[in-house]
Amino acid sequence: MNSTYEVIIGLEVHVELKTQSKLFCSCSTEFGAEPNTHTCPVCLGMPGVLPVLNEAAVACAVKAALALNCTVHPFSKFDRKQYFYPDLPKAYQISQYDEPLAEHGSVPIVIDGAVAKTVAVRRIHMEEDAGKLNHLGQRLGDAKGSLVDLNRAGVPLVEIVSEPDMRSADEARLYLTELRNVLSYLDISDLRMEEGSMRCDANVSLRPLDYHGSLEDLPRVEIKNVNSIRNVYRGIEYEIARQAEKMGRGERIVKETRGFDDQNGRTYSQRSKEEANDYRYFPEPDLPPLVLTASYIEEAAQSLPPSPMAIRQELAEAGVTANDAEVIVADRAALEYWRSATAVFADKRQVTNWMLSDVSRLLNAYGDTFWTARVGPQALADLLALIERGTLSGRMAKEVLDRMYETGGRAEDIVQSMGVSQITDKAAIQAVVQQVVAGNPHVVQDYLSGKDKALGFLVGQVMKQTKGQAKPDMVNAILKDVMADYAKA
Amino acid sequence: MRIYEMTAGDIASKVRRKDLSATECMEEIAERIGRVEPSVGAFLHLNLDEAMRQARAIDNLPSGERERLPLAGVPVAVKDNMATQSMPTTAASKILEGFVAPYDATVVSRLQHAGAVIVGKTNMDEFAMGSSTEHSAYQLTRNPWDRDRVPGGSSGGSAAAVAAQMVPVALGSDTGGSIRQPASYCGVTGFKPTYGRVSRYGLIAFASSLDQIGPLARNVDDASLIYEVIAGYDPLDASSLRVEKALPKATDVSWANVRIGVPKQYGSSGLDASVQARLAEVISRLESQGASVVEVSLPHTEYAIAAYYLVAPAEASSNLSRFDGVRYGYRASGADLLEMYENTRAQGFGEEVKRRILLGTHALSAGYYDAYYLKAQKIRTLIRQDFEQAFAAVDVILTPTTPDLAFRFGEKSQDPLQMYLSDVYTVTANLAGIPAISTPAGLAGGLPVGMQWLGPIMGEESLLHIARGFEKLWPSEGWPALGGEA
Ligand SMILES: [Zn+2]
Repeated sequence: MNSTYEVIIGLEVHVELKTQSKLFCSCSTEFGAEPNTHTCPVCLGMPGVLPVLNEAAVACAVKAALALNCTVHPFSKFDRKQYFYPDLPKAYQISQYDEPLAEHGSVPIVIDGAVAKTVAVRRIHMEEDAGKLNHLGQRLGDAKGSLVDLNRAGVPLVEIVSEPDMRSADEARLYLTELRNVLSYLDISDLRMEEGSMRCDANVSLRPLDYHGSLEDLPRVEIKNVNSIRNVYRGIEYEIARQAEKMGRGERIVKETRGFDDQNGRTYSQRSKEEANDYRYFPEPDLPPLVLTASYIEEAAQSLPPSPMAIRQELAEAGVTANDAEVIVADRAALEYWRSATAVFADKRQVTNWMLSDVSRLLNAYGDTFWTARVGPQALADLLALIERGTLSGRMAKEVLDRMYETGGRAEDIVQSMGVSQITDKAAIQAVVQQVVAGNPHVVQDYLSGKDKALGFLVGQVMKQTKGQAKPDMVNAILKDVMADYAKA
Repeated sequence: MRIYEMTAGDIASKVRRKDLSATECMEEIAERIGRVEPSVGAFLHLNLDEAMRQARAIDNLPSGERERLPLAGVPVAVKDNMATQSMPTTAASKILEGFVAPYDATVVSRLQHAGAVIVGKTNMDEFAMGSSTEHSAYQLTRNPWDRDRVPGGSSGGSAAAVAAQMVPVALGSDTGGSIRQPASYCGVTGFKPTYGRVSRYGLIAFASSLDQIGPLARNVDDASLIYEVIAGYDPLDASSLRVEKALPKATDVSWANVRIGVPKQYGSSGLDASVQARLAEVISRLESQGASVVEVSLPHTEYAIAAYYLVAPAEASSNLSRFDGVRYGYRASGADLLEMYENTRAQGFGEEVKRRILLGTHALSAGYYDAYYLKAQKIRTLIRQDFEQAFAAVDVILTPTTPDLAFRFGEKSQDPLQMYLSDVYTVTANLAGIPAISTPAGLAGGLPVGMQWLGPIMGEESLLHIARGFEKLWPSEGWPALGGEA
């Protein structure tokens, strides 16, 4: 199929900015409050009210733009995008239309720790969010009524529009992942797709290989408001297959907006663009243009944290594999944890391994994150030090970690109270080995006649008798010595 | 002199000194309103109980506090498109019938902090769209000089209330002449400050880039007094200016040092003969005082009406979209959401408002924006430049406020275009953002004639100074006699 068309994907991502107050009034932006408790005459669209721009939101948007390698314009302006809907109190959304805050950025697509491709960002602009409708029925049309919650109305957003540079669902997934990585280090948004603080619309079209016109003129399908990166991937995959099949049958692709049903993994038609709104954009007369000085933009650029690519470099230099590094880069809490732990424990690979396996297992089990981990970086380092000193085997350390997580206790205290510390006394181990060897003469015989596997059985027996506390490499060495003696005898 | 005949300045200084109590003042004002209002119809809402309560509160203040109040006990009427918590705010529209704002407009709180007593809300053309106050959804307001005639508009109720001596001062709003034109028709002083001087927070928007609140008063000093209180930067209005306001000097105008421009483009066509004659008299009286009166050129004036009637409806179509029946105000029923919207707006808005929403929606539609709205904005720039050039040569520009005098009810309402054209002298000040004031220049055939003075941006100080000088040169011939005069 790929021989007859090329997949063209562009993404529009809305990101809610984590400011104290809304974009044009002083109401709180907090998520999850009682309906309509975070409202005032301004965000309710009362007669006579006026918007006043929240400078903290501008600072967040400028950071995002710079981190995405955009050119921030010293002059941009706000416009009204007009349509009627009950979640839009003024019947227009204050947005930026033809003179956005920033343009011409880029997001790398990273595969195996290296930049495989760069997707261009067309523009970033600021706008206000709408409220939410809760329908008392199936849908607005036949609902008995609809309840409007305007807590979200006026929450600041940035919209990040990519160029149609992606050629597969996987590239779209990687673009979104890296976009989220970049933004996560700026501390400007919760970036929670399931709560709507990051939302994605995907534009998907197929270019027949013999079509050489403008990509803008291809019939484009917009998949609206998908609530996870995985579902964006699924929606695009489905849409590519659907359009390819239509094309294969010689049918026309209709330019339309489609929703995504995550139950069955399909997209479904919402409305065709033919009946789309004329938004009648015009410059917002209540707000002066947004003018940013060169020094303001320069200062913001200077204060940016290291990029995910720089962090990957740091992790690679510490011996972290590319796969592990992706996990850490994607989770800022994990990175902070990793940095703190490796600052007090030198074996960085050991830290990485424990973090991504056993600590992560416990975080999942307890519903914690690396921010809220009940075994912190120092506590983990203490535990790893016990392994290094030989006090604990790896297997024992896992048990100790579980107990530490449960009780919040220190590794050494738990080792003592559990009585699990490793037996490293050579004489003690030798005594057990002698006993085992004496009790299993035919197994010893098997080993001596060349069956190496027999040694494992004997090691297991020693471990069983010592309740697993004997230091395994010592058991191995002593057993071999004793066997060597037998062989000579 | 009766209290209702007193100026705001006199009332305030008497109340500050306790020569007059705010309560006593309010009682007489209430009595005057009770007697005169039935034949004028200036008010949509009165809250005299609340006004009495405010007056008592001022009387009860410690004298140190009362003495600091620039408007101590001054009764003020406020146009009904400014938000007040103590009374409904309807903008004279059915769609806001009974609506009480949960907040006060900045101008209202500034007035109250200065000691003023808000008496009532005045009638107007619905959403300030009109020149006669006939487009109110609720009632007619009659011109106190001739009750068969309109008071002008859209701040007709405010102008009539001041001319009928029910209040010494009132607030109006001016988008294309809505303070100055009714001031002219009713023989009072109406002042539109520079765009951005007075906060628009709480003013129900008509055309955001043109709207400006200002005072109507029976003399320039009272207008200045109100202006001083309401002007100034407001953090709630991003278009309000962060500049100091300067008040006019108390000195007399030395006319020999004043250069007055009269625009040659503002002549003849459509100009009423009596107005034209009065302009000539005014010019000769100014010249006799030594003022130099020269012709100035404002070449883009001929496009002003067209530009205004694109910009204002375009912005209005957007500003009035929020009246959708969802959150407040009138809601009609409908089978579905779209029908609810359509019925609410079809039934809630009057004809003139709907006409302008249609005009403005069209002007902003895809494919028309560049030809209409954008081009109109370019004309605004040219008009602003016209004024900048003119003010390089003159201190002030003089025109009649309106080409005609107060007309009879119904005389023009059948012909919206003719009504629009009569805004010719006033709209340029809004398009350019400059301050302008209309002052009375006597009567013609028993009807007031108004002269308009235009100044450069932020030129309020000099503009008010000159207007007050003219007031001395052309003193008031008194106030209309209304039924029941004691
Ligand atoms: Zn709010």
